[in-house]
Amino acid sequence: MINSRFFNRSELIGFIVLAAVLFVILPLSLDVFRLNLVAKYLTYAFVALGLVLCWGYGGILSLGQGVFFGLGGYCMAMFLKLEASSVENTKIQSTPGIPDFMDWNQITSLPLFWQPFHSLTFTILAIILVPGLFALIIGTAMFKRRVGGTYFAIITQAVAAILTILIVGQQGYTGGINGMTDLRTLKGWDIRPDHAKVILYFVEVVLLFACIGIAQFIRLTKLGRILVAMREQEDRVRFSGYSVANFKIFAFCMAAVFAAIGGAMFALNVGFMSPSFVGIVPSIEMVIYTAVGGRMSIFGAIWGAILVNFAKTSLSESFPQLWLFGLGALFIAVVLAFPNGLSGLWADYVQPRIDRLFASRKRKPGWNDNSVADGAPAE
Amino acid sequence: MLVGHQPKEFLLAVSGLTVSFDGFKAVNDLSFYVEENEIRVIIGPNGAGKTTVLDLICGKTKATSGSIQFRGKELTKMKENEIVQTGVGRKFQTPSVFEDLTVFENLEISFPRGRTVFGSLTFQRDQLVKDRVEEVAEMIFLKDKLNTYADELSHGQKQWLEIGMLLIQDPDLLMLDEPVAGMSVSERAKTAELLNRIIKNRSVLVIEHDMKFVEDIAHKVTVLHQGQILSEGTMEKVKNDPKVIEVYLGH
Repeated sequence: MINSRFFNRSELIGFIVLAAVLFVILPLSLDVFRLNLVAKYLTYAFVALGLVLCWGYGGILSLGQGVFFGLGGYCMAMFLKLEASSVENTKIQSTPGIPDFMDWNQITSLPLFWQPFHSLTFTILAIILVPGLFALIIGTAMFKRRVGGTYFAIITQAVAAILTILIVGQQGYTGGINGMTDLRTLKGWDIRPDHAKVILYFVEVVLLFACIGIAQFIRLTKLGRILVAMREQEDRVRFSGYSVANFKIFAFCMAAVFAAIGGAMFALNVGFMSPSFVGIVPSIEMVIYTAVGGRMSIFGAIWGAILVNFAKTSLSESFPQLWLFGLGALFIAVVLAFPNGLSGLWADYVQPRIDRLFASRKRKPGWNDNSVADGAPAE
Repeated sequence: MLVGHQPKEFLLAVSGLTVSFDGFKAVNDLSFYVEENEIRVIIGPNGAGKTTVLDLICGKTKATSGSIQFRGKELTKMKENEIVQTGVGRKFQTPSVFEDLTVFENLEISFPRGRTVFGSLTFQRDQLVKDRVEEVAEMIFLKDKLNTYADELSHGQKQWLEIGMLLIQDPDLLMLDEPVAGMSVSERAKTAELLNRIIKNRSVLVIEHDMKFVEDIAHKVTVLHQGQILSEGTMEKVKNDPKVIEVYLGH
């Protein structure tokens, strides 16, 4: 149990498999179009990763992760949109130099809150800080008042609905229902051609692994154990001298920041951002990815995001009407049949076989004691 | 009841404490004082407000009026985690331990260091922590179960684990709500032995129904009835109080 290693053996296998698939196998076997689709799926893996910490570990179900995904995505999209709206690109507009949707809505100068998004440094900070601060405000308002469980889930859902309505309603400032389209360059570097898509894919995978590292670090500290403790016996944690609200706020903010990084990568990889990735439905879908993959498992949740989205693409290509039913059925199946998701199935059926394989290959005294201590939690 | 500056020797001074739930006064103008190193047992029939009194002291329930002074600090205005940090530990009636964590991790969480978000991120499991956890685990008869997940423990072992989690906090005032309820005879004897060992150098406030157990450990007994004190004093005095016999011991 006193595990000084960063990954135990089964996690190490998970890490190597994921790294091999994302860094080597997929880039070598897929064409750029499909690889770009994987990049899109992976943006949701960031959200799922955050939900593992917040929901799986902390027991805080947020049905509003789309809000943070959207805030991150919009921050990135605002920067890209400004760059795409140079005076020379927009000279046919009645006010050149502002984004096209503003011109269509009779706005004649760039709004004040858009100004700082000329700077990439500011944009990167905003991608982290805007959703982080927003989560801090919501978290403080809710958790300090001991609002939790279902009530919290419903409120996050309401926030997602409100933000969608706000974005759609403020068309002149946000691009409305169409979102921000026609994003072209990042500091003069065109993000649209194939080679750029490949580079962006790798940037995203590296970022994902950085986030996995952060999540794993948090999980291994005492804070990770307090999150688990809090999920089970909130009062006992409180009466052990901890401010439960602060720990919940922390987990919620971390989940928000991860989701925002995913959103920003979405804007870069997919080339647009719209309110359809902010609202209630996408937020719930993000929870489903996490549940399918396994909310207690970092790698499981990432696989959940990749596989469910892959299924979504393949099913929608052949049977567009069936997809939503499929998603619903999948969620019901997860809740009823395998509550720990794919990672639970892995831990129950695949892991024991691997353990047996290892055990028969090198049997040395005392080995078994370690395996019990390492392998017991289903991660 | 006069609320004023209490003499220094009182560790805990409860005065004029009242809490009402929708008009029902669960605790009504209650005053009592606990000295340093005193073992006080609260007894009384069901619904007398015993658990509520502990809830009020540890901050789980907010008082409607009155004051609770602990070492001169007013507890009624503090948050639960601040009250714990001042040195008040509370064990709940049903064992509340973290079942998805091991015995070691359960005890480690209660170790009084790194209690902020940042502190828990940078918390190191150093030798001091390990030694202290092992020391406490030995006291609560769980030394060979450090790596066991708490959901595999028996009811009695969970109760001990929770007592251990309080011990590791090293509180000046330990509050125990029915520590031997639901235990087997042999567990009960072991628990009595454990309590007798841990009550040294601290004050303890115990709720208990087991009169044999009360007699064994109590310095002073407070009998509650309908949110008020019916009788207070040594076990001998309380046992022979006709009012107490009528409402409680007579059954």
